[in-house]
Amino acid sequence: MRAPTRHSTSARPRRREGGEGVALYLGMKTLLLRLFACALIPVLSWGFIACDGAGEDLNALVAEPGEELSGGARGTIFNSGANAFGLPSPGLDNQEELFFGVGNSFFNQSWVSAPASTTARDGLGPFFNARACSSCHFKDGRGRPPAFPGERPTGWLVRTSVGSLDAQGNPVGDERYGTQIQDAANNGFPAEAALAVTYEEIPGQFADGTPYSLRRPTITVSDEAYGPLGTLPLSGRTANHLSGMGLLEAIPEATILALADPDDMDGDGISGRANMVWNVREQRRTLGRFGWKAEQPTVEQQVASAFHGDMGLTSALFPEENCAPASPGCTDAPTGGSPEVEEKGLSRVTLYSGSLAVPARRDWQEPAVLRGKALFAQLGCANCHVPKFETGTSTIAASHENQVIRPYTDLLLHDMGDGLADGLETFDASGREWRTPPLWGLGLIQTVNGHMELLHDGRARGVVEAILWHGGEAEASREQFRQLSQAERDDLVRFLHSL
Amino acid sequence: MFTTLILMRTLYLATAALVAMPLLLVACDSSDDPDPVVDPIDTAAVFATYADIVFASYEDSYDAAIALDQAIDAFIANPTQANFDVAKQAWLDSNEPYGQTEAYRFSNGPIDDEDGPEGLLNAWPLDEGYIDYVADPSNPGQFIRMGIVNDATTYPTIDAQLLVDLNEAGGEKNISTGYHAVEFLLFGQDFNDATTGDTGGQRPVTDYTTDADAERRKQYLGLVSDQLLANLQEMLDAWDPNGSSNYRATFLALDTNEALANVFTGIGTLAKSELAVERMFVAVDNQDQEDEHSCFSDNTDRDIVTNQQGVANVYRGTYTRTDGSVVSGPSLADLVAEADPTVAATVDASVAAALAAVDLIPDPFDQALINNQQVILDAVQALQTQGDNFVAAAAALGVSINNELPD
Repeated sequence: MRAPTRHSTSARPRRREGGEGVALYLGMKTLLLRLFACALIPVLSWGFIACDGAGEDLNALVAEPGEELSGGARGTIFNSGANAFGLPSPGLDNQEELFFGVGNSFFNQSWVSAPASTTARDGLGPFFNARACSSCHFKDGRGRPPAFPGERPTGWLVRTSVGSLDAQGNPVGDERYGTQIQDAANNGFPAEAALAVTYEEIPGQFADGTPYSLRRPTITVSDEAYGPLGTLPLSGRTANHLSGMGLLEAIPEATILALADPDDMDGDGISGRANMVWNVREQRRTLGRFGWKAEQPTVEQQVASAFHGDMGLTSALFPEENCAPASPGCTDAPTGGSPEVEEKGLSRVTLYSGSLAVPARRDWQEPAVLRGKALFAQLGCANCHVPKFETGTSTIAASHENQVIRPYTDLLLHDMGDGLADGLETFDASGREWRTPPLWGLGLIQTVNGHMELLHDGRARGVVEAILWHGGEAEASREQFRQLSQAERDDLVRFLHSL
Repeated sequence: MFTTLILMRTLYLATAALVAMPLLLVACDSSDDPDPVVDPIDTAAVFATYADIVFASYEDSYDAAIALDQAIDAFIANPTQANFDVAKQAWLDSNEPYGQTEAYRFSNGPIDDEDGPEGLLNAWPLDEGYIDYVADPSNPGQFIRMGIVNDATTYPTIDAQLLVDLNEAGGEKNISTGYHAVEFLLFGQDFNDATTGDTGGQRPVTDYTTDADAERRKQYLGLVSDQLLANLQEMLDAWDPNGSSNYRATFLALDTNEALANVFTGIGTLAKSELAVERMFVAVDNQDQEDEHSCFSDNTDRDIVTNQQGVANVYRGTYTRTDGSVVSGPSLADLVAEADPTVAATVDASVAAALAAVDLIPDPFDQALINNQQVILDAVQALQTQGDNFVAAAAALGVSINNELPD
């Protein structure tokens, strides 16, 4: 385990080769700042701040220039209100902005079952979790688990698997229910099952004696239409906010792969594995970037897979109806054409989903936030939640290219311990591994979606609980967090909420 | 670059500390004493103009909806083709003033705030199969009769509360009330049959006489037109100049910058996003009449013109009422001209250009979107330019707004 160090800058990817350019760029700035700060401060008679080599500390408590621009100079929006996740990247050109509008319209509209008079909008189901993209990603934001038994989930679903992978690496689903439980269906079909989640409170305390409680979820499936699911693992998944997906796609694959350390050769206790997943367009395995286990390689495939798995809509990428092999009558159900989401519609929603701007940081120059940022680095959080990248090329929008962005992720898989393990394998991801989720926009989920139910299944009630659930490779960081004083914990939370 | 920035910030801080006190004194002086040289535009009068225009246009909308309701009642009592045609014309007439009121949306106002009636009044697009029978696309000549009108088993009694409860139930296209529900019940589906001259839907009058669901359809139509009046009455109450605790009073008491931001956001968003993109570009891009705004009556060309007229009314501070009289006063345009004549000239030109561009869109829109796309795309561009200029106009007044569609 890496010892905490006071001589780390918070923003530098720490694992060697990756992001050399960024590191060099940062290094020069740090040097300039240090030289200049030492020269300037005495002039202003603030001589009591020493320039005797403690420049690292000073540096940590000064915001980097441009640090507030989480989505880069052309992909950041200054809006911290209820629409903070729903606005287009300012760098889009006129044509792209119009297509973004069309994508937005598709994203919000409800699909209906076939046959219907709205021929361009039919084909929903026969099984589905939602009728519109926006029902789960409300205001392009985050879903949450059902609040009480009987509440129909929106923006939360349940995945399962029999535990084997197919030739491409996809998890194999139950032959009646597939890999995802659809809790709604068209007329003439039963919903596959009803979903609920209950919690057990697990008490704990910080080193200073302050108590806390974590809630451990148990998912229950009832009213199964085609017989009991048995003991298959069930994994709750919340819909994420969509900010900056096109920017994440534009990070060069080599940059991410250079951060990977699958065998922990540097001995820091952190592996970091790429999930190489089936890329349908390219018909080969490429780096997975999206989804809780990095199971989708591109924004387009993520979108097409959500249309398919969550709404029962076919597209060029997934042309077959989403029917489990032994789901009665499913393949005979009326369809809304072939495919149901036409190529143009898919491309508009891809542009839309890939061009939602990232909200700018708030309070990034506040001393408490800067102290929290320093702690974030000292605790090793930034080892996986890598602050800064430079994008390369983009097939979504030219303005996504060559941008310095601050997503706070490495897009890699990490073993997060028993507490979070869901037992579901997906391509290279084990049942204990999760993708480091990006943290940009984190502090606005409450504003946009009215809750802070975090982690893959929404079990954490706010960032403190989310940190406390970290285990496995992040266990040492979590333990250091537990050792912090209340004031330090508050600073760290302030920092996370400023993202 | 970097070091310069730091230096500038530091100098700024130091300078600010030195000059803060004198500035404060100056500020106190000037606030008590209006600028003696120029006669400034009274912002309170600008907002009063806005409120007067809003009220007058809702009043016209209400009156037109009364006329529609009466025509519908007459038709229900005596369902002849002549009475049917009168009712349809009354629907078209009712949208002339109402279309202009859409410039008050996206403004933090009562029409579309959390419990505003917009969703009941003008929700769109709607799934017409939710309301009444529709043609079965996979079996020509057959109909799918699964709407609320047709489903006496699930909905044995059609009453006002049922229609309100069913609006947007289970999906945002499940629209049971509002102008477009009335439109569908009067005009019917538009099959774009060129042989009929493509004048929109051709619902047969027998739907209200001999059809199996005629009685339920009449009931539905009568209730849904009453509902329009109820929702418009809410807007009249909210903006009534004689009300002391209504939204008008709240609006006139708002901080100047907040009121400016609200009003500019409304017209900016309608022009740039809702009208140009949602109601026009989406239909062109999808090449689908399902995406046109008034697809049953083929009135979309007028919707576009009246929406843009509403935008111009707000910016220019003048509204021509249904009876030809004019409500006008100090305007946003006056404020901008005072603050920055160059910006004002650009905005004025773009408002005029947008009015001209939308006027060129031919009727019917569902044909134009296939055969005459460039005219529509030119209008889209003019509306977007205008919408962006409103951002610049607001900025000239020291207010930052966004003209993107809220979700």
